[in-house]
Amino acid sequence: MISLDLGKDYRFCRGAAIGQIVQFTLPVDCRKVCPRYQQPDRNVAMFKLTNLSKALIIAALVPALSGCNWVVMSPSGDIASQQADLIIWATILMLIIVVPVIALTFWFAWRYRASNRDAKYSPDWDHSTHLELVIWAAPLAIIIALGAMTWVSTHQLDPYRPLSRLDEGKPIPEGVEPLVVEVVAMDWKWLFFYPEYDMAVVNELAAPLDRPIKFKITATTMMNSFFIPALAGQIYAMGGMETKLHAVINEVGVYDGFSANYSGAGFNGMRFKFHGMEEADFEQWVSKVKGEGDALTRSVYKELEKPSEREPVRYYSTVMPDLYHKILNRCVDPGTLCMEDMMSGHKHAAHKRESKQESMPAVAGHHEH
Amino acid sequence: MSDQLDLGKLIFGRLTWESFPFHDPIIVATFIMVALGGIALVVAVTRAGLWGYLWREWFTSIDHKRIGVMYMILGIVMLLRGFADAIMMRIQQAIAFGDSMGYLPPDHYDQIFTAHGVIMIFFVAMPFVVGLMNYIVPLQIGARDVAFPFLNNFSFWMTASGAILVMVSLFVGEFAKSGWLAYPPLTGILQSPGVGVDYYIWALQIAGVGTLLSGVNFVVTIVKMRAPGMTLMKMPVFVWTALCTNILIVAAFPILTAVLGLLSLDRYLDMNFFTNDLGGNAMMYVNLIWIWGHPEVYILILPVFGVFSEIVATYSGKRLFGYSSMVYATVVITILSYLVWLHHFFTMGSGATVNSFFGITTMIISIPTGAKVFNWLFTMYRGRIRFDVPMLWTVGFMVTFVIGGMTGVLLAVPPADFVLHNSLFLIAHFHNVIIGGVVFGVFAAITYWYPKVTGYKIDEFWGKLTFWFWLIGFYLAFMPLYVLGLMGVTRRMSQFDDPSLQIWFQIALVGAILIGIGIICFLLQFYVSYKKRDQLRDETGDPWDGRTLEWSTTSPPPQYNFAFTPRVHDNDAWWQMKANGYQHPKSGFEPIHMPKNTAAGVVIAGISTVLGFALIWHMWLLAGVSFAGLLGAIIVHTFNYKRDYYIPVEEVEKVELQRGEVIA
Repeated sequence: MISLDLGKDYRFCRGAAIGQIVQFTLPVDCRKVCPRYQQPDRNVAMFKLTNLSKALIIAALVPALSGCNWVVMSPSGDIASQQADLIIWATILMLIIVVPVIALTFWFAWRYRASNRDAKYSPDWDHSTHLELVIWAAPLAIIIALGAMTWVSTHQLDPYRPLSRLDEGKPIPEGVEPLVVEVVAMDWKWLFFYPEYDMAVVNELAAPLDRPIKFKITATTMMNSFFIPALAGQIYAMGGMETKLHAVINEVGVYDGFSANYSGAGFNGMRFKFHGMEEADFEQWVSKVKGEGDALTRSVYKELEKPSEREPVRYYSTVMPDLYHKILNRCVDPGTLCMEDMMSGHKHAAHKRESKQESMPAVAGHHEH
Repeated sequence: MSDQLDLGKLIFGRLTWESFPFHDPIIVATFIMVALGGIALVVAVTRAGLWGYLWREWFTSIDHKRIGVMYMILGIVMLLRGFADAIMMRIQQAIAFGDSMGYLPPDHYDQIFTAHGVIMIFFVAMPFVVGLMNYIVPLQIGARDVAFPFLNNFSFWMTASGAILVMVSLFVGEFAKSGWLAYPPLTGILQSPGVGVDYYIWALQIAGVGTLLSGVNFVVTIVKMRAPGMTLMKMPVFVWTALCTNILIVAAFPILTAVLGLLSLDRYLDMNFFTNDLGGNAMMYVNLIWIWGHPEVYILILPVFGVFSEIVATYSGKRLFGYSSMVYATVVITILSYLVWLHHFFTMGSGATVNSFFGITTMIISIPTGAKVFNWLFTMYRGRIRFDVPMLWTVGFMVTFVIGGMTGVLLAVPPADFVLHNSLFLIAHFHNVIIGGVVFGVFAAITYWYPKVTGYKIDEFWGKLTFWFWLIGFYLAFMPLYVLGLMGVTRRMSQFDDPSLQIWFQIALVGAILIGIGIICFLLQFYVSYKKRDQLRDETGDPWDGRTLEWSTTSPPPQYNFAFTPRVHDNDAWWQMKANGYQHPKSGFEPIHMPKNTAAGVVIAGISTVLGFALIWHMWLLAGVSFAGLLGAIIVHTFNYKRDYYIPVEEVEKVELQRGEVIA
């Protein structure tokens, strides 16, 4: 098994962590951005000598890959952190071949320039079996390594796969159920259902720290992509279909979320804030939604469904029963036939796929009761 | 349509005065400039009395060399349009921060990025690549023309017809606001009821016919018309890459035609292939369009690999290292290019095993590609490299392309793609390989073969200036986009909130301006070289000490290319002929059988343009009439039996002996 983890503290602020080891001077704003940096003792303690070599390799990529405010490279959720580590390791692997190629290009271009009569000239030399073997074997070796890494990491970080840990070295405690959030990409805003609390929110999302989140994602019309870079990779939101994403947030903060797939006129404003909160703050946020919100009835929903841009945050304290399920099955209007009933023959197959936790976006038709 | 026949609707369809974008000052100004430029051009051509000449010698020409040049001119003209779109986007993104919405409303901005992508791929890169193959392939295989000369002319005009429709959309109606691949459901009739998507569909359908036929033409030409002795493994590498590219075209373009056909059925006949309701599924469209779209990338890059192989061997004064390994690498890439399409949408929810499969097949492509880069390197090794402009482009390409290749492989790792997909990192990646690969290659090829086409070289100073502006401009314009991608910035945004991003967009704008200067230098180099043509003239036909057959004939080559079909004994045929003291024959000429010019290509493609326009605007009367006219024109053409003629022996003798004098 290939371990893809660089150690927890890299990802909170790689620049800062590496700076500790190789004694780089840190840019001032880095300290502001990275709260973890303010605990230098802990950072140093975390880095044993084994990590030093890693740090040195990565230092070669600093600042190229580890700017502090580059959210993709220094995210705050465990899944996104593993994805960032993967980017670094894959890049290092490829640089093993790319750097020599670039160096050789310049070297040969200089050495064998026409005016350099000292260099050997062999106009008919056009084959060497040994060299050919190296030429094909070198990229092959890199790709075998990268391919293995890809296979393992793609399965480990499959968005459909329930989390196996909360963070580096932090297993999920017994009995913790994931927070389910049902996501609907609409024209052009996000609607989030919290079935556990029977409430819904437009253009704002919050989750408690260190609790697995299970997103179930669909869309009303356009194809969008649900993406919170600090939390985890993106996944498409599509009408009549459900995709899934499992993630966890490990740091308190307010993060950007948006649609990463162009979906027409209002696409640009399809942004929301994602709040990573301490448990108590989250509970408070929930009661705020419950307290301030109205009821999300069918007629309120039909009004919301009309295309609009840059919608303000809205809270709904109660939700019409099964609304998400009806949106997914395209039968919110009374009297329309739900897709799952049109395709009831496939219901069994859908169940089987679901249980494997790995599937194409399930065509609407399955409903978890 | 209403019950009673509405004549106005029948004739004008959806076209009304409101369809003309008078409300947008940018478009009106552009229109005035284009109109003035067009009028100036027409007046100039008329005053010079060139219409007859252009019609007889160019528009109706079935000479592959003339058609090749016309493709290149089309590519250059459309490059200007595509670049104008690019610079508008760069300016918008550099200023639209916080409260500022920039100067382009989303409605206009969305059309611009769609048009930019469509134009750059279909009407710049494709014409460039097809134009190069047109000019060079018959010469390199020692043939007098392609297998189907009329079809070649027709293909060109169909491509031009598609380009015309895209240009018309700028001033009549609107273009698609959908991104260059027009994913439904956004492009369905419910979400995009306007004419934009229809312009997109019909421009690509008409141009697609041209591309497909051109593919058939070249496969047959390369398979059937090689000079005696030129076995497959003695073909120049450029011919090999052209063969593979055209096989890809023949296999891939019908998929594009089919998928756009299905989308038209959704839009015109209320069918539900890709809708959300009634059993439609947009994922099918996304799959199908990428099953065409990924091979398309290799359609563009493979011939360019061929170009670099020719150039690196010529300027290193050395045989290409690892010829057979190069050929196998090309063939492997051709096959693998069909097994990777899903990497364009790992994020659509396929399972981990499917995603890993397509990720790994994608990475495998980097093995033959890497082998190619090494082969170029070892061609330079122990060579005697002359750094003429084409070689500068080659070195620039080798360095730039491996960076683009690396970021491409990174995107092929599915979990990494989940955070980089649709981001500016992706935009940086594909511009890195398309500019660093295709554009650099095409510009290298233009400089390399220019003396063959015109008889004089391109002015070195302006050639170098073009190179440096493009190279530096490219790095400044696209490296910041990699950074922005890692900062989580997604593509196709017309406005931003976070002010810390702005500096990167400003750097990118500077880069785009440098590229713009590079384009001006690129155009000026033709003018300067023309002015200095007497100094730059090459009378040998072989200015670079070339290796392949195109350098064995005069520059520019006679209409019939070769008076005698060459015999080939080596994959560097002309190099070997020179080494053996080859002399051009002075006697024994025979009349040469040649195809005759025809207006059918212009006429049929012209009617197709009208038909496309009528279908876009729902002008059913015009559509019916032009469709009947199209069939009529095709039938009339089949009765044209005067398709060939002989160049008399005296004329051949005159041309060939004149050349002997010049060289002697």
